[in-house]
Amino acid sequence: MAVRILIPTPLRPYAGRNEAVELEAATVGEALARLVEQFGELRRHLYADSGRLRSFVNVYVNDEDIRYLKQEQTPLRDGDVISIVPSIAGGRGACHDRIACRASD
Amino acid sequence: MTESRAEHLTEPVTLSREEILRYSRHLIMPEVGMEGQLRLKRARVLCVGSGGLGAPLALYLAAAGVGRLGLVDFDRVDFTNLQRQVLYGTSDVGRPKLEAAQQRLADLNPEIEIVPYETRLTSENALDILEPWDIVVDGTDNFPTRYLVNDACVLLGKPNVYGSIFRFEGQVSVFGMPEGPCYRCLYPEPPPPGLVPSCAEGGVLGVLPGIIGSLQAMEVLKLILGIGQPLVGRLLLFDALAMRFRELRLRRNPDCPVCGERPTIRQLIDYEEFCGIRGEEAPARVTDVPEIAPRELYQRLQSGEDIFILDVREPHEYQICNLGGYLIPLGELPRRVHELDSARTIVAHCRSGKRSAEAVDFLRRVGFTRVWNLRGGILAWADEVDPTVPKY
Repeated sequence: MAVRILIPTPLRPYAGRNEAVELEAATVGEALARLVEQFGELRRHLYADSGRLRSFVNVYVNDEDIRYLKQEQTPLRDGDVISIVPSIAGGRGACHDRIACRASD
Repeated sequence: MTESRAEHLTEPVTLSREEILRYSRHLIMPEVGMEGQLRLKRARVLCVGSGGLGAPLALYLAAAGVGRLGLVDFDRVDFTNLQRQVLYGTSDVGRPKLEAAQQRLADLNPEIEIVPYETRLTSENALDILEPWDIVVDGTDNFPTRYLVNDACVLLGKPNVYGSIFRFEGQVSVFGMPEGPCYRCLYPEPPPPGLVPSCAEGGVLGVLPGIIGSLQAMEVLKLILGIGQPLVGRLLLFDALAMRFRELRLRRNPDCPVCGERPTIRQLIDYEEFCGIRGEEAPARVTDVPEIAPRELYQRLQSGEDIFILDVREPHEYQICNLGGYLIPLGELPRRVHELDSARTIVAHCRSGKRSAEAVDFLRRVGFTRVWNLRGGILAWADEVDPTVPKY
């Protein structure tokens, strides 16, 4: 199935600065696996060491959260749009001197 | 809603002639009218944070005639705020934000009451601070406070109008409504500190918090007026570059630790620890690398010593100001390390000294022995050596 994955701003540096990536996949899990195959740096942002999707990264097929579908086994249809929606905390827009602020390695 | 909270929502209030004139563009709309404007006047709304999101929020809620407006913040206005925090002016720089905000909002609308809380919202004070308010608006800028606001709102049964921004993107939703989801239903856990975007990727286009804060203000007014479809069970995503809004469905998570069927969080917890900032998951901060003070570096350079200055910031930061150093962004250092000569004395710097500490730590681990961190970065250099270097 030809699907489109929308990459959110915070993850674009790890996905070749792409806003969206189009690929072929039959399930959400397969689509994400292809995505991190293509962009290796993205892996640790999407998956914990255990191989599970990180809990602060939500994945939607069209407008529905995959947690309420069949998780990563959720089947895809041609033209489906997968959204990756990580939590963002900003309200002031600068992370200078924040304790949590750390350059990516 | 408890008895004590609901009382003020029905107390008899009227509008003065001045108020009728002031709110005439509301009053002539049937969706608001006199009844709606009186609802606004009776309403009590608390804005947590009076920064990028809080500034437009407070301005619009005050202008709209929300009768009692609470503000929680403990910062002072600084020059870097003015690019987006339209509540403040240049003459406010250095003043406590709440003092400046109170003055500005009183000028905008002297008919309303402003209640300042000049404090950091903590697990100890949050329930007391939030309790007297009908609606809470989350305009904070960090994960611990967002989880704190969420949990306190769920425990108190208050709507939580949420907004968040990152560079060109924003999220808006309304949490904490009966039957609706909460922030933890959306994100049960925050990212560990090591995975938050770096300084170099921070920043925000100043209009973005204006847009997101205004959307939050609109949701607050709708909740008070009881009109339209509030953003409950929906997450609104805004992409300023594509100029596109999208909407995702949010569901109440039956396993949610705070609003689920069997909640495990029944009182406020330690949110710094929960977010890994004090916890063990936080990556160890590199602090014990050899350092050199800006004055010492200056003197050694003046005396003609051969010192290689390595700048580990991003190219766009280099354009703001630089010390003429050799630029290798921290993220590129591992694959560009061959460009450096380990026989030479190297001093690494960044903006404040944090990224360059990691660079020094990395270089020492791969065998460089003559490498030092410029203490305090280019900011300290501007303070201690060359005041013509701009700070950012």
